[in-house]
Amino acid sequence: MSGVSENRVLAGSPSTGEAARGGLIADVPRRALILLGLFAALLLVAPATVGDYLLSVMILVLYYAYLGLAWNVMMGFAGQFSLGHALYIGLGGYTAGALFVHYGLPPWFGMVVGAAVAAVMGGVIGALGFRFGVKGVYFALLTIAFAEFTRILFDHWGWVGASSGLYLPVEYRDTDDLWLLRGSATMFYYVILAMTAGAFILCHWLLQRRVGYYWQAIREDQEAAQTLGIDVFRYKMIAVMLSAAMTAIGGVFYAFYYNNLYPETIFSMHRSIELMLGVIIGGIGTLFGPILGAIVLTTLGEMLTGLTEDLGLDGIKQMSYGVALLVIIVYRPGGLWPWLRRRLGLEKPR
Amino acid sequence: MTGDLAAATAPMLRVDGVGKSFRGLKAVQAVSFEVPRRGIVALIGPNGAGKTTTFNLIAGAMRPDTGRVFLEGRDITGLRPDRICHAGIGRTFQLVKPFGELSVEDNVIVGALRGTHDVGAARRQSAKILALLGLDDKAGLPAHSLTLPDRKRLEVARALATQPKLLLLDEVMAGLRPMEVDRMVATLRSLNEETGMTILLIEHVMRAVMALSHWVVVLNYGEKICEGTPGEVTSDPRVLECYLGDEAL
Amino acid sequence: MPIDFLLNILVAGLLTGLVYGLMALGLSAIFGVMKVVNFAHGDMMVVAMYATYTLYTAAGLEPVAALPLVAAGLFVFGFALQRGLVNRFINATEHMQFLLLLGVAMVITNGTLMVFGPDARNVQLDYAFDSYNVGPLIVDKVRVIAAGVAGGTALLLAAFFRFTVTGKAIRACADNFTGAQVVGLHVNHLYAVTFGIGAACVGVAGTLLLLITDVHPHLSTDYTLLGFIIVILGGLGSLGGALLGGVLVGLSEALSGALIAPSLKSMFSFGLLILVLLLRPQGLLGKQA
Repeated sequence: MSGVSENRVLAGSPSTGEAARGGLIADVPRRALILLGLFAALLLVAPATVGDYLLSVMILVLYYAYLGLAWNVMMGFAGQFSLGHALYIGLGGYTAGALFVHYGLPPWFGMVVGAAVAAVMGGVIGALGFRFGVKGVYFALLTIAFAEFTRILFDHWGWVGASSGLYLPVEYRDTDDLWLLRGSATMFYYVILAMTAGAFILCHWLLQRRVGYYWQAIREDQEAAQTLGIDVFRYKMIAVMLSAAMTAIGGVFYAFYYNNLYPETIFSMHRSIELMLGVIIGGIGTLFGPILGAIVLTTLGEMLTGLTEDLGLDGIKQMSYGVALLVIIVYRPGGLWPWLRRRLGLEKPR
Repeated sequence: MTGDLAAATAPMLRVDGVGKSFRGLKAVQAVSFEVPRRGIVALIGPNGAGKTTTFNLIAGAMRPDTGRVFLEGRDITGLRPDRICHAGIGRTFQLVKPFGELSVEDNVIVGALRGTHDVGAARRQSAKILALLGLDDKAGLPAHSLTLPDRKRLEVARALATQPKLLLLDEVMAGLRPMEVDRMVATLRSLNEETGMTILLIEHVMRAVMALSHWVVVLNYGEKICEGTPGEVTSDPRVLECYLGDEAL
Repeated sequence: MPIDFLLNILVAGLLTGLVYGLMALGLSAIFGVMKVVNFAHGDMMVVAMYATYTLYTAAGLEPVAALPLVAAGLFVFGFALQRGLVNRFINATEHMQFLLLLGVAMVITNGTLMVFGPDARNVQLDYAFDSYNVGPLIVDKVRVIAAGVAGGTALLLAAFFRFTVTGKAIRACADNFTGAQVVGLHVNHLYAVTFGIGAACVGVAGTLLLLITDVHPHLSTDYTLLGFIIVILGGLGSLGGALLGGVLVGLSEALSGALIAPSLKSMFSFGLLILVLLLRPQGLLGKQA
């Protein structure tokens, strides 16, 4: 499909097919591909070499990397600040969890339903916010308000266990059941690895498409974007709904990995903050930033928790996250990845 | 069929008695003028004359209180800016609005994607436009690193990339050095002569207005006070008066 | 529903609402003058509450007596925070400022958690259960004190902004930043003073709230959100609006807590926040943008 509709003034001759169609690995320096390959290989063989504890940490890293990638679509790409993404984790987790508990439906089905529910919810919030011109921090507050509202609603909804929580039956078995997502940590590791890789590839692909260009234009200057023919409302809605759906799928993983859901924890604003911290520390709007940020933050938190275990210092992990956030905001507001990318010599050749 | 005929004979742009008030203050009042196909028309007037507001009314950034705007005979009054862009009007902003974090090339690609879904095709098209505006050697730089003259050029390049029938240029010469003004004038003139691009511009640099425009519309206090060829307008006493009055302030 | 019961609830809500209003006043003043949304507001509140608690348990100082100390301490803290950190971001994007103060908030909350632990603390006053009988009303003494001091502080603040040279200068900065610089006002200093005053309001409010309720570290988020609800309801930057918003939220919390279920009370607040954000983002008393 050449897509060049009318060949008016200055239109390029539609030399379809040949050259610069983009593609998944266009413009990526060879070095970067090699490093990426090594990184992927490392992740693939990891479960065979690491112990239980390290595996659980890696699952946590990948979980936050996945959520970060999802949040990044909305804030990093399209510039819409959400502080209520816990809402979508909760909706995804509860939808799939409740369908499994009450009707025995497999999580893969719950995933589809949960993602759809979250997308609709994101669509409602986005449509209201964008139509009524709620911008910036006010929009962030709107997303918080919806998340908190929903949290209290779930606290009182008996069908999902209300405030005493929803529990998924845990059975100890030797074999992994991928269909029902019951099994070993190794299985969960590969599931979340696949999800993260999928989200990464999806984001990379989207950035190469028209929608990616349009999102970034809207992020940089909405008025200029509209003047260039972009239906701003529509593209912001796509970002919000996609981001919500992706986040909800993360919530499904959470539900089946941890087997319990409490409104108090899953919908809490701390969740929303936690999932965006990695992105800000890694590099907002970048592809690898969310992954790097998740690695840095989770490692930092785990190390500090381990070191101070005997001291009984509640809050040291969160404290370190706060300090890390401050350091990044003050000294490297673009995040770690743009800096690391330069150090590794992975800049795009110009 | 009659519709097509009308479209073929109608002027590129017809502004018919548009008006806009802000809190009772009449920024633009019953302004009418036409821009013929392949024409270059300049909109001039002292500061606060309502030129940019008139642009905003044409480009859909604001909805006129009164009057209509027609593009090739088609009523485009009050359409959203993105619809107006699709209808065939490209505009620049007086206060430039580059997509700062994106590269110069990507800025233009965003414009070029107006006519195509294919990023590759948009990239090829933007390469041509960047060359035309003399920005090709800066294609890879982030837009926020450009100097003001280059940002002005980028504004024009981005608007051109949407393949407009009519280009609205809001003070693209302001802040340019005389040599750069000459270069921009030459670029716009060749664009007009070679591709038949219709241009409506707001300009304070009179040298550029005289060199470029076929027709000049003069606004003062939100009203059109006269129009004519550059020669006629500059010798019109009303025009002299409003500019002198402006100087006296 | 007996009318006496309802009246009692309304009065209690009104009195607590005044304290909320004072807290929100600080948030609103900071935003009104320097357009910075203080996301660490609730955390500063919790710090003030713990300071009061410590002064009471360690030095035997009554909350009302500790009040000037806590307010002064919070003023210094706010002043220093603005000077040292926030001022570097005064021209940064809105969300960068937001994230900066989020970082500050996380450090404060978890600092209090590390120092005081997660358990709820309170001050045991011998007049905690005293009350006044006014006709059919039974009004808690502590609530009356809290509301009285809060109202008095708000009046003082209004007088400060209206009559003192510094207060007028701060208002000038809020109205016209460039103009204030042109006429030679030391804007950075005034900003720091404003942040200090905003923090001091929170200090007073925190001390007073400890008369009525317990404190634990995780209250900070609740208070931050409560502050936002109140100022957005009243109109960010409007001081009268903050008080009005505080009273409205106090009333709605008391009513929904008593009539429906205590745990549902903040759902109404959030519902209200959504409606105000959508329908009247400038708030009830805010100026039309």
